[in-house]
Formats: sequence, C-alpha cells, structure tokens
Amino acid sequence: MHVSVQEGPFDLGDVSSEFASGHKDMGAIVTFTGIVRDLPGDPLQAMEIEHYPGMTESALKSMAQTAIDRFSLGDALVIHRYGRLVPGEMIMMVATAARHRKDAFEAAEFLMDYLKSRAPFWKREITASGAEWVESKDEDEDALARW
Amino acid sequence: MDVLYFAWVRERIGLPREQVQTNAATVADLVAELRAREDRYDMAFSDLSSLRVAVDQELADFDAPLAGVREVAFFPPMTGG
Repeated sequence: MHVSVQEGPFDLGDVSSEFASGHKDMGAIVTFTGIVRDLPGDPLQAMEIEHYPGMTESALKSMAQTAIDRFSLGDALVIHRYGRLVPGEMIMMVATAARHRKDAFEAAEFLMDYLKSRAPFWKREITASGAEWVESKDEDEDALARW
Repeated sequence: MDVLYFAWVRERIGLPREQVQTNAATVADLVAELRAREDRYDMAFSDLSSLRVAVDQELADFDAPLAGVREVAFFPPMTGG
C-alpha cells in the first residue's frame, strides 16, 4: 500500500508505471486521476486545499486497507495534494491492483467515494469575485450508501 | 485538551487550535461550553448539522464521550477527491 499526502505535484506516468510493475499475479490495474476543473462563467484562479495533518494520512491508510480487504486487492495507492493548485493541475490519484478488472474498478470507485466525504480535506475556490469554500454535495454522501 | 478548527470554522473562530481546560463529558457538552464563551464561537457552532467532529483524529458523533481524549477537531463536511 502506498499513501501520500503532499503539497508538490506527482508524475502520473511514473507513479502508474511503478505501481503496475511488480504485481505478476494481478491481471488488472485501474487508475483514477482528479484534475482541478475551471469554473464556467467565473474563471477559477486557484483551488486551495486544506487538510488535517495527522488524521489525513491515517484516514487514507484505513480506507486503502478496507479496499484491499474488501476487493481482494494485491495493492492500492492513494496520492492527495494540498495547498494552492491552478486549473489543469492534478489534485489526486488512486490506483488499484486486482486479479480481475471488476474488483479493480469497483475498488477505485469505493476509494473515490470515501475520499470525497470521509477524508479530512477542504477545498476553497478562488475567483475574481472572491474566495468560497466548496460545499459538500448530498450526492457524495448518498454515494456511500452503495457500499 | 487540544481543540482544532478547520476551513470556515477556523475562519469564524479566528484561530486554528487552542488548549481548552474542560470537564465536559461529551463533545456536545464541550460545544455548549465554547458557545457560551463569545459570539464568534456561538456563531461558528450555531448549526451542528453543518459541522463534523473528530475525536483523537477519528470521525465521531457529537454525543461521543471525552474521557481521556487529547484532541478534538471541528470542521465542515469534508470535500476531498
């Protein structure tokens, strides 16, 4: 398992290649990458991400271990950035390795659903009209019911 | 114990963390003590449905007991991913 909470960028290619190698018994690797998206109408200057040092890493490790156990994964990876990011930058990624693709896809979705509303990160959008904390969405909370 | 605030809770209260001497039995009791202090606390905690709490870095409910607890954190619903 690899969990990283970091301010700096990560190299999607390098991380994916390294994760995908060394799992001879795993037939499926799924990766998901989250990107800072621009806002229609009110261009986004930056996204600021705050987190809870200490709790964040342990929460992500706990989610990754749950995914490994539940979907019989060979391995799982979570990288999540904090600090100030601009549109187009990669915020986070998850990767899962399983014997078959269904478990790898489902585990990646499981991790994403939990990251959205159970990992202690808070996003703030900075635009020309000011700074606004991003509000959580009911549908993100509802998504957990699936699991 | 250490009490931590994140995101708009931190902004409304005006500080990221503080040491609080308390005999509060539960998180809800601690919230009541903090609200009684000053308006900025009262405002920050006015709608508990828009707040989440972690006790010793684990998500918890507002009726969670505080005996032996070292750290309590208050924050809005999380927006990771």
